[in-house]
Parts: sequence; structure tokens; C-alpha cells
Amino acid sequence: MQNRIKKVSRHITQNEGLIFEKSSPGKKAYKMPPLDVPEVDVKSVLGDSAREDLGHMPEVSEIEIIRHFTRLSTWNYAIDLGMYPLGSCTMKYNARVNEFVSRLEGIGGAHPYQPESLSQGVMQVMYDVAQCLIEITGMDTITLQPAAGAHGEMTGLLLIRAYLDAKGEARKKILIPDSAHGTNPATAAICGYEVENIKSDPVTGMVDIAGLERQVTEDVAALMLTNPNTLGVFDQHIHKVADVLHAKGAQLYMDGANMNALVGKTRPGDFGVDLMHLNLHKTFSTPHGGGGPGSGPVACKKHFEPFLPTPVLVSKDGKLHFDYDRPQSIGRVRMWYGNYGMFVRALAYILANGPDGLKQTTEDAVLNANYIRAKLQDVYDLPYKTPSMHEVIFSDRLQTQKGVKTGDIAKRLIDYGFHPYTTSFPLIVPGALMIEPTESESKEELDLFIDAMRSIAAEVEEDPQYVLDAPHDTRVGRMDEVGAARKPILRWNPK
Amino acid sequence: MRYLPKSPSDREQMLAEIGVSSIDDLFACVPGEYRLSRMLDVPRQMAESEIVDQFRDYAARNAAGYASFLGAGAYQHYRPVIIDALVQRGEFLTSYTPYQAEIAQGTLQAIFEFQTMICELTGQEIANASMYDGSTGAAEAIMMSVRLTGRDETIIARSVHPEYREVVRTYGQHQGLVAHEVDFELASGRVDLKSLEAALTDKTASVVIQSPNFFGCIEDVDAIAEMVHKKGALLIVSIAEAISLGAVKPPSAADIVSMECQSYGVALSYGGPYCGVLATKEKFVRQMPGRLVGETTDTNGKRGFVLTLATREQHIRREKATSNICTNQALIALMCTVYLMVYGREGLKDLAYQNLAKAAYAAAEFGKAGEVLFAGTRTPRFNEFVLQTDDDPHDINRRLLEKKIMGGLPLKRWYPELGNAALWCVTEMNTRAEIDAAAATLNAGGASAHNRDKELVGQK
Repeated sequence: MQNRIKKVSRHITQNEGLIFEKSSPGKKAYKMPPLDVPEVDVKSVLGDSAREDLGHMPEVSEIEIIRHFTRLSTWNYAIDLGMYPLGSCTMKYNARVNEFVSRLEGIGGAHPYQPESLSQGVMQVMYDVAQCLIEITGMDTITLQPAAGAHGEMTGLLLIRAYLDAKGEARKKILIPDSAHGTNPATAAICGYEVENIKSDPVTGMVDIAGLERQVTEDVAALMLTNPNTLGVFDQHIHKVADVLHAKGAQLYMDGANMNALVGKTRPGDFGVDLMHLNLHKTFSTPHGGGGPGSGPVACKKHFEPFLPTPVLVSKDGKLHFDYDRPQSIGRVRMWYGNYGMFVRALAYILANGPDGLKQTTEDAVLNANYIRAKLQDVYDLPYKTPSMHEVIFSDRLQTQKGVKTGDIAKRLIDYGFHPYTTSFPLIVPGALMIEPTESESKEELDLFIDAMRSIAAEVEEDPQYVLDAPHDTRVGRMDEVGAARKPILRWNPK
Repeated sequence: MRYLPKSPSDREQMLAEIGVSSIDDLFACVPGEYRLSRMLDVPRQMAESEIVDQFRDYAARNAAGYASFLGAGAYQHYRPVIIDALVQRGEFLTSYTPYQAEIAQGTLQAIFEFQTMICELTGQEIANASMYDGSTGAAEAIMMSVRLTGRDETIIARSVHPEYREVVRTYGQHQGLVAHEVDFELASGRVDLKSLEAALTDKTASVVIQSPNFFGCIEDVDAIAEMVHKKGALLIVSIAEAISLGAVKPPSAADIVSMECQSYGVALSYGGPYCGVLATKEKFVRQMPGRLVGETTDTNGKRGFVLTLATREQHIRREKATSNICTNQALIALMCTVYLMVYGREGLKDLAYQNLAKAAYAAAEFGKAGEVLFAGTRTPRFNEFVLQTDDDPHDINRRLLEKKIMGGLPLKRWYPELGNAALWCVTEMNTRAEIDAAAATLNAGGASAHNRDKELVGQK
């Protein structure tokens, strides 16, 4: 079966133990400059609070650290190696100029408490990226403070709650479609709301308007909607959805995880959304970094402005400053101003694209997803025939007849040199294969992916066990996850 | 557009394969009235050189080349160059959360090493893969204590970073959390134990202290732990200056440690991204928020690592999850991991020692122009101290800025009772020359009453 694999060849990778296993007393990777002030006696300065020793902290040399992490790095898959088609994650190219500019001395070295008069440049970055994001979303105002998408959701719901409280309306419920990301219900819970699920239309995957009308009462604070939704489907009745909510005084919150399908083509603020978060680490190309940092600005309509987290960046008399005097604010959601370094990178991305580049980016993202759909729909089941935008969702219905599930196909895809797509999500599609190629893939890379997926579909027919046993070519095989959870080993211990 | 790998003919060919005549057909699903009929009003597409120029211009409009004595939750420490060399490897920078363990062992093993070192440093048994930062970490630690005890009140020391306390209020406001504050002793700068004892009730889920606290004073963690545990509550110790752990006894008596790891090789970057982390006892693991990496074996018995205990998390438990956190600060945790290996068991001690010595020297020098608070009771301090002066610290700082020195952080907006006080931070980055220059300005510019008094005493 190996000759079917075109994208990768086997090669040697280095073995590497844990750093603690290399540690030996006396090895060093640092040298302190000479102390230029009088010495102190630690014991007399700190008394009983003085520390005796640092236990099993490692002692290694610099070359060992370089090799350690370089070796570890070669065990990872990455966008820089190839297509990373995780649905809903928007694994696009992360430009290196973004990294470069975020490390310029006046930016990377800026202390968050340095005087505003000596911070006008870093504040201007915040101001400029905020203006761009407001324009892109079609909203009136924004807070950059939330540190990630889920944190943005929390900020958004707190804004809704503060706005409704100010009107004297203590509403209890948040409506969430069954296709939503897990963070949505988790966020509603920590904001003190009851979660009520709404069912999607079984044919189109969109919000069922008749059902929504029944569920929206005076007790509903908001609907949290992802648009395009997690099926990659743009909800064509979006304005109707907004009308139904607004008629009962409820708000429309949009989870902006899928904003990569919309930038430059349509604006949530124009189709009825009251507030939304963006994931700068998705749509605006700040690196995922193995799981963060993210950044989750919340853009909103004017009626939320008094409630924004403090401080709010304002421009006055040609100077930027932070306004802390905001009596109706929901308070801080994070210290200082947010994951600032991500604003720098997002702005650099926007400048590299310009209006034409942003639009082309969105078009290419949608083109790529539809190309995959067209090329795979004869071998994988397409549960929703509704037009796809930036991602396409298949199911494993045809393959389960041979006992092969989405997770198995995903593992086999690894052997073909690709990172798996998102498996088993959204929950409304049993055995989902959720594929988001992003705009960053060339036709050649997409063709290799399509070829791999078709080849696996053929393997399922010919030799399903071979697929069930995948991956075959990785450093490590499938992990004993049950054992890991039953008896957790969460740190290294000396033998 | 230079990031897009397609030629016009590629696009044509793909559209043909899809069976549509133009790209607009693929956007037909967006109702016409909501389609944007104009270009976005954002700056035009720029060349890379123009982008670099623009950011150099932004960078030039900030403090550069200033000596800084600012700390207060964000610390200036030396960042070894190998940190950025390693974290900018594309395999770390451009990978996703390591759900697919077979092709993410690099990230997973690094997180496992991070968790291990955090345990060693904090004296706790387990640690998670990271939280957004120290402020949100403190809030998550409190909500964890509420779940663990079934109680819904917390007591936060006023000597905890004021911005951490603000974030805790925001997080707790709709989760039924009642947050009380307990004052510090004016003499020692530490938690007022009598007030704390009086505030503790059988509704108290947790007590939150910071050590070294916001004033740089090291709290008596063991004594507070004993008091808190007597009431069946949990002790949460927040650490903002993680370098202190090279010299200061770890808070082993705490039930949960919430630490900001920015000091471990993370750029100041105007306040973020930083790296929070929670560490705790093994028995509390099921209530821990955030990701955890565990050791296991593969089908051939080979050691490997996986994300584990996911049933606590939002993508499985949805509204019943321990937290809504998903994306955390993985790449920043990797920076910390590299940093901790560079300094290691001996270097972290040397580093902490230099911070102690420099801060002690500066306190002695600046103390000639004012009063170093909380010093009378022999309260141990790490690398920060509060200097009270006759002059408003804003005025002092204006004078210092003329000498290209950023002085201490004025405290009046949070602690009016301390009068003209500022929080000064001195790290291994501050040279003796900088300290002496700051001291000279402090002494020279409108000598304080303290100074004059001392001189008069001297004359007698």
C-alpha cells in the first residue's frame, strides 16, 4: 500500500529522552554577569522563607537544549510542512514578518505600566488594528482584551448581561444550536445562564426559524450562533433570525470562529449581528503555537459601548489614552490590555493583504473547500447538500459499513503525510469528517490531499483492517489514552 | 497577494472542476442584500519592507533606551536568544493543539516537561499546561476551590495585584461567588492575620494571597495555610514574580498555586501574551481547569504523551465543564520551558540571588530620599519594594524621565492610605550605574523632608 503515498517518504528521526534524563550536576547553559552591587546573605535577607534547593530542576548545557527541542520539533506536524485541514481551526500560513515586527525593541520590550506619553506607538497599533477589525465586521466598537475565543465569548455574554441588567431585564437563558462549539455552552454556564439547545433544520443545517420563534421568549438573553455554522453553511435566514430575536428584545451573538469565510465579502454588522468575537489566531493568522496564545477581540454595536471592559482606548486631542472611568463597565476580563503581541501580528497580516488581498483570501478559502467537496463527494457521504463555504463536512457512513470510522480514516491520513481533519464534530453529523483547507493551499497540495482521501476510501474497501491499524509510519503508534486517564502520570519522577 | 499559492489559471481550472462559472457563484449562498459591494476600507496592500517600516515607526514612538524600575506583575529579565530561535521553529510555531498524539509528540513532551518543572518550582504535585495569565488563573483557581469545597465565598488579600482582583470580580459576578477582601498590616505589608482569622467562616471556600505580594513582601504561607485549613477552606497562593522561586521557599502548604510565568523568558510585549499556570495536589486533579498532558504507552509499549482527562473540558462536557478555556498559551509555555532549562537548578538560584542583591542595594540607596515601607518588622522582600516620599511620585517620575529612567509605579490609585508611595522593581537587568543615577535624581530634585531631617540630625 505504501506506493500509493505520494507526499511523504520515511526518514530517520532522532530519539530524545526527557530533559531530566540528561541532567547531571555541574552542567550549565548560562553565565551570569559579575554582580556589581554588594553581596547579600540570602539567609539573613529571607530568614525562614529562604529556599534550600530546587529539587529536580535540570542541569544541562546549551547544545543539549538546542538538540532537545530541535529533535522534539521534528516529531510535530505543522502548517509549515503541509496542509493542516482541521475544520473550524483555520490553520493558515503564519507570515514570518509578523513575528519579526512583534519583536522590535520598542514593541516587544514595552512595559504595560510605562507612561502613556512613552507608549503612543504601541497604543497606535491597538487603535489601528481596532479600526480595521471594526470595518471588517461592520460593527461600531471593539474590545481587544479577551485572550482567546472562549474568553471573547465570556466577554460577549457579560456585555449582554450588563446591557440587559441596565434595562432592568433579568433574562435567564442563552439559546445555542446543536451544531455549536463546546465553548459556547461552557461559556454560558460560567456567565450564570441556563443553556437551551435549539435544533438545526435536518435538511439544510440552518437554524429552524419556526422552532426558533417558539423558543425565543422574554426570558432569552441571546442566541449564540456560528455563521457560517460548523457545517460550513451560511445561514441564509440570518436576518430573519436576528429579527425574531430582536422582536423579543434578545441579542444575536455571533461566534466568529468561521470569519475566514466572510472577510471582505459580507459583514456580520450588516446582517443583524449585535456582537461577536474574532479569533485572531484563526482568521488573522497569528500562530496557533501548539495551542495558543490566541486573542479573542469582541466587536459590538454601539449599545454595548458603555459596558466594555476597562480600560477603553480613546483618542483625544491627537493623543491616545486609556479611559478607566467607565462606571457601567463589566470590569476587567484580563489584566492590562490583552494578548498584545497578537494585535501586532494581526495588523501586519491586514497590511500585507490590503482590501484586495483580504477579499482574495476569502475567495480562495471558499474555492479550496468547494474543490475538495467536488472531488470527494462520490467516495464520502455528504450529509448536507447545502452549499459549502470555507469548510466541507462529510460523514463516515459509507466506510462504517466496513467497520472503519472517521477517527480511523484520520489516522491513516497521517501516513499519507497530512494532519487529520477534525473528527466527530459537529455533533449533529454522526462520524463527521470536517475539512477546512484555508486559502493557504496550492492546487498541487489539494490534489495530493484528494488523492490521499480517495486512496484511503479504496483501502477501506480492499483491506479495512490496514486502515484500522493506522498509523503505520509514525514514530509512535496509537496511544493508550484510556490507561493515561485511568492512572494519570502528569509529571516526570526520578526512578 | 504573496501569501496565496495560486495562479489565475489554477483558479479557473478549479472553478471548472467544481462546475461553476465564477467565484461569485460560490458566494450565492450569502443573500444579495448582505454582500459587500465595495472594497473594505482598510489600508492598501503593502510590501514587506513597508510593513517593517511602519512598525519601526510605531516602535520609535515608545520608550526605548530607558532604564526601567517598573515591575508590578510584568518583569524585565534577560531572555536568552535560544528561546526565540527554538520557539520560532515552524514545527512548534505553526502546529495546533496536540490532539493527534502520533504527530504531536514534540509539543506533548515539551508540555510534560513544563508541567514537571512547574511542580518542582512550586512544591505542588501536578500542574496544567497553562492558563491565559496570572489574573485569569487566579479567578479559575477560585472557581476550582468553590467546586472542591461546595462553598461559595472567597477571601482575597488586598496585597494581591489590584488588576488580578478586578479580574476575579468580573469572573465571579454571575457564578454566585461572594468575594471579600482582607487588609494588610500597615507595619509589615503582609496579610493582617487577625483580620483574616476574623473573616474566615465555614462558608469560606478559599483564601487568596500573593507571595511575594504586590508590595514585594513575602507572606508567611505556612501560618496562613494552618489558619485556613482549620476552617476547612483551601489556600490559593498567587505568584506574579516567578523568578522569586529560585530563592524563596515554595508554597508547598498551598492547595492551589496560580502562577504568572512571564518572568521565565517571556517578552514584556505591553502586557501579553504571558503564561499563567495552575499547580495543585493530585487529589484535586478532576477539578483542574485547562489542558493536561500525561505519560502513557503506544500499541508497541513505547513511551509517549497524550492530552488526558479531557472529560473535564468544554469540548466533551460542554456546559458542565470545569472551565470554558480552550486555546491557552502553549507557545509561551514553551518559551518558559526553554528558559527554565537554560538556567536550571543552579542558574535559577544565581538569578534570584542577583535580584535580591540589586533590590537590597537600591532600597538602601533610594531609602536615603524617602522611606522604604514595611521594612521595620524585618519583613522579607524579593525584588520589589514600596518607597514613600514627600513628593508626589508622578513628579519624581517626570524628573527621572528627563534622565531616561522610568521610576517606580505610583500606588495612589489603588492604595491611597500609603500616601506618596511607589512600587519599585529591581532585577538583574538594572546596573549599579542606573540605580545610582536614579538615587541621585531622587535625592537631588527637591530633596525630600526625610532627607532634610536626616541631614539635620547629622549636623547635630
